[in-house]
Amino acid sequence: MSRLQTILIVFAALCAGSTMFLGLTAEGYGISTVPLLQAFTGAVLLLAAICYGWSYLFMFNRLVAGALVGGVSLFGAYGLIQTVGEVAPGPGFWAATLAAWALGWLCVEILASIETRNNVLNFLLRLLIPVAFGAWLLIIWELCTRGFNVPQVLLPSPSAIGDRFTQSTATLWVDFKQTFLKAVLIGYALGCGSGFLVALLIDRSPFLKRGLLPIGNLVSALPIVGVAPIMVMWFGFDWPSKAAVVVIMTFFPMLVNTVSGLAASTAIQGDLMKTYAAGYWQMLFKMRLPEALPFIFNALKINSTLALIGAIVAEFFGTPIIGMGFRISTEVGRMNVDMVWAEIAVAAIAGSLFYGLITLLERLCTFWHPSYRN
Amino acid sequence: MATGNDLRLIDRVWPVVAVVLAIIVFWYLAAVYLNTPFQRDTYERAKVENVSFVTHVKDTLAQKRPVLPAPHQVVSEIYDTTVKKKITSKRSLIFHSWITLSTALLGFVMGTLLGIVLAISIINNRALDKSLMPWIIASQTIPILAIAPMIIVVLNSIGIQGLLPKAFISTYLSFFPVAVGMVKGLRSPETSHTDLMRTYNASSWQTLWKLRMPSAMPFLFTSMKVAIAIAMVGAIVGELPTGAVAGLGARLLAGSYYGQTIQIWSALVMASILAAALVAIVSLVNRLVLRRMGMLA
Repeated sequence: MSRLQTILIVFAALCAGSTMFLGLTAEGYGISTVPLLQAFTGAVLLLAAICYGWSYLFMFNRLVAGALVGGVSLFGAYGLIQTVGEVAPGPGFWAATLAAWALGWLCVEILASIETRNNVLNFLLRLLIPVAFGAWLLIIWELCTRGFNVPQVLLPSPSAIGDRFTQSTATLWVDFKQTFLKAVLIGYALGCGSGFLVALLIDRSPFLKRGLLPIGNLVSALPIVGVAPIMVMWFGFDWPSKAAVVVIMTFFPMLVNTVSGLAASTAIQGDLMKTYAAGYWQMLFKMRLPEALPFIFNALKINSTLALIGAIVAEFFGTPIIGMGFRISTEVGRMNVDMVWAEIAVAAIAGSLFYGLITLLERLCTFWHPSYRN
Repeated sequence: MATGNDLRLIDRVWPVVAVVLAIIVFWYLAAVYLNTPFQRDTYERAKVENVSFVTHVKDTLAQKRPVLPAPHQVVSEIYDTTVKKKITSKRSLIFHSWITLSTALLGFVMGTLLGIVLAISIINNRALDKSLMPWIIASQTIPILAIAPMIIVVLNSIGIQGLLPKAFISTYLSFFPVAVGMVKGLRSPETSHTDLMRTYNASSWQTLWKLRMPSAMPFLFTSMKVAIAIAMVGAIVGELPTGAVAGLGARLLAGSYYGQTIQIWSALVMASILAAALVAIVSLVNRLVLRRMGMLA
């Protein structure tokens, strides 16, 4: 065990042990009133004893150790969440929380130290470690909002957001359709497509390239989202104005990246193509565009988050009564913060999936690139 | 092929000037074209007929609330609201710019520090690298600008007011490029260099300060350029929900409520100038620092 791992397990054991003496609830009831947490405390102490006595268990099979620690940690989290609704938490409760959290960290530490050549296991671990981290983030959020009685208006608990999410899927779907499927996707396709085409055009003229690149770089750094009110004035309240904002926001990153991507192929490669008597189009499709793909995908990734932001912010400046941005701004006014968070969850999930899809496409298209070959 | 550095200055400046001029000409044409319908309407209502082409063009470029203001209208509006107004006046664009600028800078500084701290902890801890890095990337898929209104309302209600809530939005946006760039930069030293540090029996702190930090400097500045531009966007959007009180974002919102297109455009141009200036300052500091460190040829 590394030093950090030892510290974590000792810390967890100390916290778990102290729950026996501290009052579990604010009224001073002890741990014995909640069998679930009592079992958890016992499990932590047992685990610590095992680690102390047979530390070779960790050397021998880290996967088993990680699963054991993670299981106890999740069991503790389950007990804590069950308890927090029924009693007002006291110092003992928070000590148990700290113990469960330390075990969660320890679990991630152990899993991260596993080195294996098994591809499937590697993939699962790469997935499992961030998921464990995210799960603990949610658990702490849930325990803190409910344990400290944070008002709903300030920060609703994840479970409340989840409830609201499942209750209002119809509204969320309509908003999603309006903002994402119409404004974002259409604007994204138009903006990226036109940026790409213009890049191909100006690539043929060194003069235009030298003139437009610095300006494109400059515009990429400008707060373009500010054109939203203008676009709303020009194209009306419905989704076309939002798509227009998205087009403008995504155009320049695509332009700049494609132009520098087209310049990425080396002179030697160009000479080789020339010895093959390749024409402009053959060189473009067989050499320069494939070389430019990593740059183009970079722009596509940057644009995927920009597009969502642009569409939602544009809705603040005027919109029909549907759309994610509209819902967010009105529900904030009506103090329905859980609905706002449900919309944010939709946006985050859609954004992540969008980004993930592009990353997947990138892997499929640029499998030959050095950054993926290993 | 001639690269950018081989060219003489004039060869680099001239195309840019030409393109800028072309944009301005195009802008004027678009302004005439877009403002024509309203101008025709005005003439009809005023019962004016047989307007010469020149007067028509002149009138389209001098409307009070044009669909697209002409460049000179925007410039004169900026001149009016910067030079002719007192800085403390609520109508002064400098007053509003300063509010946005200070928010953006505060958020940028906090975001850069946060990004560096995150990057350092990520390269020092394998578990953090594997668990935190995916979430840092996922954090940016949350459209923070979209929930900026709520964050500001919520922070307001727990007593955090003024610059700080808006700066938090800039921080959230700007920590990301710095964190990602610094992780790359801190890992950029070659294995032989880190091995050398090991033969000197250097602690991980010493390796960080004497090897990793210096070699991460170019990465830091590149990310800081992105970060400061994005911090500016965060500050502007953060001002939208405060009820159009102060700042460039508030000017945008007020302008869109009252159809003051010239005001919108002047705020937009001002924001662009500020963003460009900030990026230029970071580039300048970049050159100075790298030259001082001997990393610039």
